[in-house]
Amino acid sequence: MCTDCGCNNNRPHTVYNDGENIIHTPHSDPLSVEVHSQLLSQNNQQASLNRSLLEQHNITAINLMSSPGAGKTSLLERTIDELKGEYCIAVIEGDLETENDAARIRAKGVSAIQITTGNACHLDATMVNNALQQIDLEAVDLLFIENVGNLVCPASFDLGQHHNITLLSTPEGDDKPAKYPVIFRAAELMLITKCDLLPLLDDFNPQQATHYFRAVSGNRPIIQLSSKNGSGIDAWCAWLKDACSQKLTSL
Amino acid sequence: MHELSVCRALLQQVTDIAEEHHAEEIKVIRLKIGPLAGIENELLLRAFPLVAHGTAAQHATLEITSMPVTILCQDCEEKSDVEINRLTCPHCNSSATQLISGDEMMLDSVILGQQSGAEERYVH
Repeated sequence: MCTDCGCNNNRPHTVYNDGENIIHTPHSDPLSVEVHSQLLSQNNQQASLNRSLLEQHNITAINLMSSPGAGKTSLLERTIDELKGEYCIAVIEGDLETENDAARIRAKGVSAIQITTGNACHLDATMVNNALQQIDLEAVDLLFIENVGNLVCPASFDLGQHHNITLLSTPEGDDKPAKYPVIFRAAELMLITKCDLLPLLDDFNPQQATHYFRAVSGNRPIIQLSSKNGSGIDAWCAWLKDACSQKLTSL
Repeated sequence: MHELSVCRALLQQVTDIAEEHHAEEIKVIRLKIGPLAGIENELLLRAFPLVAHGTAAQHATLEITSMPVTILCQDCEEKSDVEINRLTCPHCNSSATQLISGDEMMLDSVILGQQSGAEERYVH
């Protein structure tokens, strides 16, 4: 017999009075549900939709990640100068605040959508989808997504890009891949930027940076470049052209 | 602090599961997280109550299993537990390795409390 109310229901149950009747709601045993799903599955699903949308329009999408000030926007300006004649380029800019970077890209005659994330430390697939809706996708074949400057968070969020690239600028020091392995492991290409400064820096050894990158990323390629003096830009543009043509043949 | 975004995504998933099973409360949430997922477990534990407040998960215990970073060498075929920033094979030094554990960001299981609606009610 129930010790709460004296009814004959032996199962644990809640008793309450709805004003007219005493209502007994039996408790069921706790139920264990196996899930085994990705925590960010919703973001990943949106990222897949973005990727399909890009593929419908034959667009190759490149996600650029780095710390703030590593030279992502300068690299894009230089890249646009080099490739504007061959590719229709668009840029999605992620920053906490300001339209400054988008304005720099637009000054090069390329369409740029600025996402200001407020206090969010990374772009996610929904933000990128919102930006994609503002772009004339028919008129684009190479899309750069300049992620929020941050060496931690952006690596965990798939945006629907085809390639992840991480920049390491020489003033940051050559051990960043060892300190931030997650974002460098996510990169299929590492760009060592601001190499024009190498003669001035005694704490950046490109071989050491390569060693640390190899330890997290295996034999993935590395390009040393300078957006300022143009060294290595040819190799970078060749990599991009290869990425775009591979994209076309896989479609 | 992207742990807050991760918590919101987690909360959505677990409350959907609770609703699907007509459960009024979520008692336990079990996660598997590897260090290469880029998530700080401590921050996740601190952020979760903030997003779960006022939901079926507000009293849930978050249990996190930290997964080891394990690689399989494609050259010498040895399996090894390694440091997060040294994914080369410690036996033969090859960098042709495959990560077999360490980047998980998984919702493994949930334990749900009282189910409502599914069972009969007793009226005296």
